[in-house]
This record gives sequence, structure tokens and C-alpha cells, in this order.
Amino acid sequence: MPKVPLRLVATEAEVKGWATTMSIWARIRPYIMVAPAMIVFLLFFIYPIGYMIYLSFFEWDFISPVKDFVGFDNFTGLAQSNEFHQVIQNTIIYTLLTVGVTTVISLLLAIWLNKPSKAYSFVQGAIFSPHIISLVSIAMLWMWLMDPQYGLLNWILNVFGLPGSEWLASPDTALLSLVLVSVWQGIGFNTLIIIAGLQSIPPHLYEAAELDQSSRWTTFYKITLPMVSPTLFFLIIINLISSFKVFETIDIMTQGGPVNATNTIVYYIYEYGFRYFQLGYASSAGVILLIVLTIFTALYFWVAGRRVHYQ
Amino acid sequence: MLNVGRLLLKTMRMIGLILLVLVFATPFLWMAVTSVKSLTETLTFPPIWIPETIMWKNFVAAWESGPFLRYLVNSVIVSGSILVLQLFTIIPAAYAFARYRFRGDKLLFGITMVTLMIPAQLIFLPLYLQFSEWNILDTHLALILPFAANAFGIFMLRQSFKQVPEELIEAARLDQAGEWKIMYKVMVPIAKPVIITFALFSFITSWNDYFWPLVMTTSETARTLPVGITALMNVEGGVAYNIMMAGNMLLVVPVLIIFFFAQRQIIRAFVYTGEK
Repeated sequence: MPKVPLRLVATEAEVKGWATTMSIWARIRPYIMVAPAMIVFLLFFIYPIGYMIYLSFFEWDFISPVKDFVGFDNFTGLAQSNEFHQVIQNTIIYTLLTVGVTTVISLLLAIWLNKPSKAYSFVQGAIFSPHIISLVSIAMLWMWLMDPQYGLLNWILNVFGLPGSEWLASPDTALLSLVLVSVWQGIGFNTLIIIAGLQSIPPHLYEAAELDQSSRWTTFYKITLPMVSPTLFFLIIINLISSFKVFETIDIMTQGGPVNATNTIVYYIYEYGFRYFQLGYASSAGVILLIVLTIFTALYFWVAGRRVHYQ
Repeated sequence: MLNVGRLLLKTMRMIGLILLVLVFATPFLWMAVTSVKSLTETLTFPPIWIPETIMWKNFVAAWESGPFLRYLVNSVIVSGSILVLQLFTIIPAAYAFARYRFRGDKLLFGITMVTLMIPAQLIFLPLYLQFSEWNILDTHLALILPFAANAFGIFMLRQSFKQVPEELIEAARLDQAGEWKIMYKVMVPIAKPVIITFALFSFITSWNDYFWPLVMTTSETARTLPVGITALMNVEGGVAYNIMMAGNMLLVVPVLIIFFFAQRQIIRAFVYTGEK
């Protein structure tokens, strides 16, 4: 067998050489291979984004054959709508609380559960399980747990001598109740990713800390936290994105109520598109969501780029 | 004395672990208990943990409250078709991105990565209008087509194709194997663990999906289980939690069984989506 150079990527000269000698078939082969996936992406992801941006400048009810061009009116409409202000406020409160609480608890749990034993990996699996269950079931289950009269949560509160809560029924606690469900559902996934991050910390750092007789807190603060911070940052961005697109729990548990207290941006788009048929207006809210997601994604790639330099 | 202290610490740790498992398992246990309770037992406070008689007929009631067989068949068709289509679109694309250099490859891969940031919750409105023009609303096609390819799958598989040693491919080329044959006979078997991991991720994700079937269907002809089950929330006026939970067991139990047998693979698949 002839000796074959061990390289994954061809050199420029080789590529040029092939380009002249390769058959046409060989040259178009990669395009044929990527074509099915690309058609799906262009047709069902890229094109709709463009169409949504286009629609955001029109007033249209889906039934009338004419779309009225209104310029930026939809956007100024959003800017002036008190309802939309509250929706944005709800979305931000929901997101900050969910992401903050989930990250802190997951970090603590990850440090605790990062042990190579059967019992610990069983616990890891148990806390992860909500992540693979349909949000529909989770939402319906928690509605039952949060039932003010017959729910398990108020019973537990009563056992500890605490007064029950109204949970989803009151505008004061409804949004917090949704945060609770989201934190409960997301902790396992976050914990496991942080554990993966913790395990990639070189052990010699801890050995050095032990030689220096540094305290547990110093070791955590000086070694663990900085080493795991890129992972945490990634998680925070992923969680921001997924909190911004929350829909299922709201649709099933509260429908945005009571009195608009749990209405968030995706639910707002859904309502204006599918209930009130204001497609242009809903699209302009969609454009705002697109801008927010783009910023988060740009941050994500910016950090990804910097992370390469670390290694 | 030291031993007593250590024992105490160990016990406290054990109690902590058990409490932790309880916090995450009790809700599901509660779902299972409720699904076999009678309606009066669900309305008893303080709550009853062990029902007097096991009401298996709650499952029959849930099943008969709507066209559940239809929902189930739809769920299997949609999740299955998405998975099969994804494997057909992802494997060649990942192979091309991993092994060839061609004009525009960076741009096309860039498009692939951009789709990762576009959630269904962002594009449902324009796609709804598009599908209404194509006359495919309320059909399986509307539920399957947008998910026929998967950027995350391409990314994941490309990484593992890249790790296959060049020698192996050269050897296959010397044996006069065509490129397609190399892809399916050499690369795919090597990447099998990654493909299975992705398949589990894909199936569970589409099995659980609620948003897309909700916005794209209006009748039970194409509707899948997650949307069908929400109809249980408004059965005959009052909320019958026992029937509701029985219905949800139909949705949850299959996934929990898969999770029980393939826990490691599933965790790897989902954690991979986070790490990227």
C-alpha cells in the first residue's frame, strides 16, 4: 500500500490541481450533497425571516387581498402601546429571574453533585428528567400542583405552617409561578453542563491550591469560578434565548393573564397574529424579537471566538 | 468522636440527595397517583397519596374523550418522518462540509449556523401564510417540512466525520469505492454512536413539540398528542385532574421508558445542544 499523507484538509495547490482534472461530476458532488438541507434552510428559515421583515411595514388582516404599506407605523404603534410595554417588562422580569435563579442553583448543585459515584449519577439523571418531558405535560402537571384549593404545593406550605398562595390565579404571583416551573425544569440540564465544565478543569490547579493550603472559599473563588466562567456565560446566553421564546407554559397555564400579568413577547405575537389577525403589527413585534435574539447570538459567537484564544 | 462526625456528615449528605430527588420526582409521582384516583379523591384536602381503588378507567375515559388513536398515529408519523428525512439530509451535508472544499462552502455553512438561532417561535407567522398559499395547512407536511433538516445535527455529525482518519478513506478509494459508498459504508458505521445520539434527540424533541402543531393545525386530522391532550383541560365544565393526568401519562411514559434505557445517550444528546 502506498504511503498516504495524514492530512485532513487539502492544500491550495491540490485544490487547484483537482479543479482542472476533476470531472464535472466530482465538482458538483458536494453541492448535491448539501442541497437538500440547504433547500430546507432557505425555504423554511431564511425566506420566512425576510417575509416577516417585509410584512412588518404593512397593515394586513389576511382576508383582504391588498396589503397597505404603512412604513414604520406598526413600530410606533408598538412603542406607544401600554399593553406592549407591559409585555416587554414581563418578558424581561421573567427572563432575568429564570436565568439568574437557574444559574446560581445549578452552579451550587453542580459543585455538590460532581462526584464519580453511582448514587450521584443517579441523582444527576433524576434532576435531568424534566428536561426530556413535554412542556405540555409539565405545564398541566404544575397547574394541578398549584391549584389554590386542592394542590400539593399549598398542602406542603400548610404542613410547614405557612399560608397557601394563589399561584397562577393572582396577578402578583402568576409570573413568579411560571418562573418556578421554568427553573425546576431547567436546573438538571444546566447542572449537567456545568459538571462537564468542572470536569475539564485540570486537576493540577487544585493540587497546587492544596499545597498552598488555600481555603475552600479561596479555591472556589480563584480557581473554580474563573475556570467554569466560559461555560456559565454560554449557559446564560442559551437560557436568555430560551426564556425570551417562552410560550408553552403561558399558553396552557395562564393564557397571558390574569390581567396581562404573564403575557410575554411570543405569546403577544401569537395573539395578534392568530386572534386579532393584525399580521403586520404581529410581524413588527416579531422583528423586535429577531433583533433581541440576534444580539444574544452575536454575544454568543463573540464569546465563542474569545474562548478559542484561551486554549 | 471523629467517626461520629463523619457519619453525621455522610447521613446529612444522603438526606440532601434524597430531598433533591424528591423535589424532581414527586411531581411525576403525583401525576401517576392522580391518574388512577377517583374525582372525589382529587378534590380531597389534605391530599390522598394512596387511592382507595385504582381507577384504571381514567385512562379509558381520557382515551375516549377525543380521537386519541388519531393523535397517536399522527405523532408517530410526524416524529418518524422528521427523523428519517433528517438522516437523509444531514448525513450527506455533514459529509460534504467535513470532507470537501468547494466554492461557497463557508457561506453555506454560515447559513446552516444562522438557522440555529432562528426558533420556530419567530417564523411561525410568515410560514403559516406561506403554507396557507401552498394549501398544506392542517396536514402532516406542514408539521414535517420545516424540520426536514437540522443544523445542529449537521454540526454534530460534521465534527465526528472530521475525526475519521484520512488513511481509512484513502484505503477505501484504492478499493475503487465511490464517494457515496465511502460515505455510507465507511463513515456512517464509524459515526454510528453519534447518529444514534442525534436520533434520540430528534425523536424526543418532535414527540414533545407543542408549539408547531398548535399553530399549523386546526382540526384533529393532523394534530399530534401534545395538542390533543390539552383538550382534556376543558372536559365537561370543571377540571378533572385525574383524567387530565391519565392523558398526560400517555405522552410522558413512552419518553420516560426510552430515558430509562438510554439515559446516558439522551443526556449526551441534550447536553451537546447546550455545549455546541
